[in-house]
Amino acid sequence: MIERRALLALSAAFCAAQPGRAFAADEMADVIAIGGAVTEIIFALGQGHRLLARDATSTYPAAAEALPDVGYMRRLSAEGVLSFAPALIISAEGAGPPEVIEILRAASVEFAEVPEGYDARAIVAKIHAVGAALDVPERAQALAEMTQAALEAAVAQAADVDAAPKRVMFVLSTQGGRILASGTGTGADGIIRMAGGTNAVSDFDGYKPLSDEAVSAAAPDVILMMDRTGDHAATDDELFGLPAFSATPAAETRDVVRMDGLFLLGFGPRTAEAVTALNRALYTS
Amino acid sequence: MARARRLHGWLALAVVLVGLFSLTVGATDVALGPALWKLATGEALTRMEMIVLWDIRAPRLVLGLLVGAALAMGGAVMQGLFRNPLADPGLVGVSAGAGLGAITAIVLAGAAPAWLAVATGDHLVAVAAFFGGWASTLLLYRVSTRRGRTSVATMLLAGIALGALAGALSGILVYISDDRQLRDLTFWGLGSLGGASWAKVLAAGPIILLSLAVASALGRGLNGLALGEATAGHIGLNVQWVKGGAILTVAGATGAAVAVSGGIGFIGIVVPHLLRLSSGPDHRPLLINAALLGALLLVLADVIARVIIAPAELPIGIVTAVLGAPVFLWILLRQRGMVDL
Repeated sequence: MIERRALLALSAAFCAAQPGRAFAADEMADVIAIGGAVTEIIFALGQGHRLLARDATSTYPAAAEALPDVGYMRRLSAEGVLSFAPALIISAEGAGPPEVIEILRAASVEFAEVPEGYDARAIVAKIHAVGAALDVPERAQALAEMTQAALEAAVAQAADVDAAPKRVMFVLSTQGGRILASGTGTGADGIIRMAGGTNAVSDFDGYKPLSDEAVSAAAPDVILMMDRTGDHAATDDELFGLPAFSATPAAETRDVVRMDGLFLLGFGPRTAEAVTALNRALYTS
Repeated sequence: MARARRLHGWLALAVVLVGLFSLTVGATDVALGPALWKLATGEALTRMEMIVLWDIRAPRLVLGLLVGAALAMGGAVMQGLFRNPLADPGLVGVSAGAGLGAITAIVLAGAAPAWLAVATGDHLVAVAAFFGGWASTLLLYRVSTRRGRTSVATMLLAGIALGALAGALSGILVYISDDRQLRDLTFWGLGSLGGASWAKVLAAGPIILLSLAVASALGRGLNGLALGEATAGHIGLNVQWVKGGAILTVAGATGAAVAVSGGIGFIGIVVPHLLRLSSGPDHRPLLINAALLGALLLVLADVIARVIIAPAELPIGIVTAVLGAPVFLWILLRQRGMVDL
């Protein structure tokens, strides 16, 4: 717990010390961050002032959102990225298209890829990878230790609940009444388990549409969704009015949890917080 | 007629101007003028200027010209062949087959044998799209050809059936795809010249240029077909040669275009109609004008796509549809009831 507070204070101090764009003209700024968690880690390492730009998924902290946006990571624009004259791009797995990455490499932009993963070990690995790319291994070591301790504490606390584990179904979208739910091997699956829940859908990998009957058969106690606008913004009434959900335990208790997507599924420095928040949302009502 | 021919010159001039413009604008502040001045005075270009002008903007311009010309000429040929104002290259099954090929490559790339990945490098999606387009065209051609005679009506109907089948197979692949592959599929369907490279120009260029050359010789044949197949035969046209040539060149040009740029809609259907409305239905000048106007509009759309939300980029299919559709509607409104082939 203590480590966690220290970590929060530390990142808050770093963030407060960096009013974003004001540093963009700084000669130190020569990095572009691609991927929400990567950007969060850069800021948590106190290196936010080295950022020139970020991708569309990097929406936290506020200082990151104030940076110019180079677009969706799989569809980067070679010239758009080069217009910042970066020396280094730190990217989550899978940036592209390949022709663009080739041109960036040819333009002697260094390219560091950070492996993706959905557990505590993966988060620590991400922090070390970002720290190595930014050449601040000591800070990364400190942040990694604190993050790991905070995660372990949060997971242990989450597991220590006097109730039967709840069956949680993560629903990515309900567009047209079609339920797109998370199976195993996803960020949603990882965070549900860390927060002391059970993924109600365990017979496939990734995100798949579920038939109404399959949703009933999965019998979720809680529906977990991302908190954003568009088709995700279905009200509780609309949600439980769907035939798929009407026969589930969740509909009886009208139990739906909505959380910010990057916070919930980012697997970065805030994941310990997310674990605790989700655990509370699941087991206290 | 004279008016349509005069249009050649004006369009060619506009293509050159827009091409120069596209070389000089972009997210970076590299511009063509100063770079040319440096070349002229023997001064060395900076590395940044070299990369932006030669590796990014130039292949993109060339690819845009080729793809735009291929799509628009393909549309003009198809409308002439089917004598149907709604015809576009999609009707011969190219788009459906290419789409299926691309989706297969995106979703199943991980399961592909290693030699395939080595042979195609990063271009597996493009190669698969090209072969998908060709395979479906050849299949359609085979289905609708009996005793050396191709039935255009059969081809139209078989094309719809094949499109439905390709759509269903694509649906299965979409079902088994993961989150990231789904996004890749969406972006592929919206088209982009963002991955342009000289390698792509070299791969698609010869096929498109050859197809354009053959297609531009089809003008007289298509004019004949407009009178009906029987009449065309009586005035001494080899009708089967015109039909086969039209189908294969369209498949070649659009197959290559779709492979390197994804699904760019609208150009193929609108450009020929714009030209027919302004300068008449004669295919001989029309085909060349269509290639020029298609190239012009696609390069212009690409400039908009990469500048409007720089440093990010819009998929070009969005630009062609958002800008093109209202303009086309407006022209149709002004010329009510005047669409003829």
